[in-house]
Amino acid sequence: MKIFRYLKSLTLAELLKGMTVTGKYFFKRKFTIRYPEEKTPKSDRFRGLHALRRYDNGEERCIACKLCEAVCPALAISIDSEMREDGSRRTTKYEIDLFKCIYCGFCEESCPVDSIVLTDIHEFHFEGKDKNVLDKQQLLAIGDMREKDVATARKNDAEYR
Amino acid sequence: MIWDQIWMVIWTLLKIVAIVLPLIIVVAYLTYAERRVIGFMQGRMGPNRVGLFGFKLWGLAQPFADTVKLLLKEIIFPANANKFLFLMAPVITLATAFAAWAVVPFADGLVLADINAGLVYILAMTSLGVYGVIIAGWASNSKYALLGALRSAAQIVSYEIAMGFALVGVLIAAGSLNLTTIVHAQSGGIFSWFFIPLLPLFVIYFISGVAETNRAPFDVAEGESEIVAGFHVEYSGAAFALFFLGEYANMIMISSLTAIMFMGGWYSPFSGDSWIAQPSILWFFMKTGFFLLLYLWFRATFPRYRYDQIMRLGWKIFIPICIAWIMVVATVKVYRPDWIGG
Repeated sequence: MKIFRYLKSLTLAELLKGMTVTGKYFFKRKFTIRYPEEKTPKSDRFRGLHALRRYDNGEERCIACKLCEAVCPALAISIDSEMREDGSRRTTKYEIDLFKCIYCGFCEESCPVDSIVLTDIHEFHFEGKDKNVLDKQQLLAIGDMREKDVATARKNDAEYR
Repeated sequence: MIWDQIWMVIWTLLKIVAIVLPLIIVVAYLTYAERRVIGFMQGRMGPNRVGLFGFKLWGLAQPFADTVKLLLKEIIFPANANKFLFLMAPVITLATAFAAWAVVPFADGLVLADINAGLVYILAMTSLGVYGVIIAGWASNSKYALLGALRSAAQIVSYEIAMGFALVGVLIAAGSLNLTTIVHAQSGGIFSWFFIPLLPLFVIYFISGVAETNRAPFDVAEGESEIVAGFHVEYSGAAFALFFLGEYANMIMISSLTAIMFMGGWYSPFSGDSWIAQPSILWFFMKTGFFLLLYLWFRATFPRYRYDQIMRLGWKIFIPICIAWIMVVATVKVYRPDWIGG
């Protein structure tokens, strides 16, 4: 009946119902992560900034096979190589253009010696227009810095690969 | 003789400052409270960053940061805008919003101007505020500003009538236009307050007040999704800040008036002689704060009314109900004068 609907609307019942909902939400727990202080947990497979790893004896892993360069869909990696005095093949240049990189992780998957890896660093910036290309020294430095985290993450994830 | 007069002027000016300064601070924190409360109701945190001296203080310094930002910004004049009127409009809005506070009694005797037609004065001041809106919309030389101004002018004028009628009920019940007398008529605990015998008028008054201040859900004048910001779309910097100040001062005004007219002003809801039953300015602040919270609560809850729905609500529902209830109140007042407003 129309008249009952009018009378019901005069009691403001529907409006109060809506206000109860918002009133309840006022006291509910907020799920906001207050970012710089709080952070969400990261997966072991997180693909962040790149790094080149070393063996335990300090020898760099990369053997300049250029598989990563070949597989890179964004052509972000460029490698030059030469024969070192001890007869092994090593890189003279290993550069990653972070503007080109799409963080797909193919380089890491293609690497036969687990040299190039994607660390879980996602907060980084450049302080110049031309600082977007990481050279070999920088990549090795990042690897040295994060070796422990990278190794643990790889170990945790190993059985699922 | 002359010194007495000078002293009176200075004393009055001091009293005005004592009202306006806290009011501005309350307005500043009302914007903060609004963002926090609506954020909480929407499952967010709201502003919680800006603090002082490295302490975050739950973002309590946010209003000051906003104020400084607005004051430092440039006031942009639209092409072919009428500069004089463009600058006058926010001043009119703010002046009328503040002027109405002259007759608001905060506690017994604590009122700047205890005039005997306070209710009429308040209606006059709140009605004058619409000129600021119209002039702002016209002087901006912008179609959106003009549309917004027309919308809010029509809305304010419509709801002014319902509001006026609701107050007619109050003045019949109290038998006076003086706000202090109106509060005195409600002494003696929560059951003597006017919101019980005048319940329909109370609801209509507050809802009309929300519509009058162009707040959600009656904010078609602002209509973020349609005409950006309405009449003040062309305003920036300090001029915009004045509009903001005026709007929020009006919100506080409506809330405090609702507390005075219907919720017994500074009287305690309890009756008796204990300390909690004493009349106090704190009761007035608490009641005003409750209605301010309702404002924010409405905004967090209700979707915006369509324009024809606003007009329908104002003209076809509120005004008839008001008239009917005024008749009821008047009849009761004539035949059973001791039932209302003792």
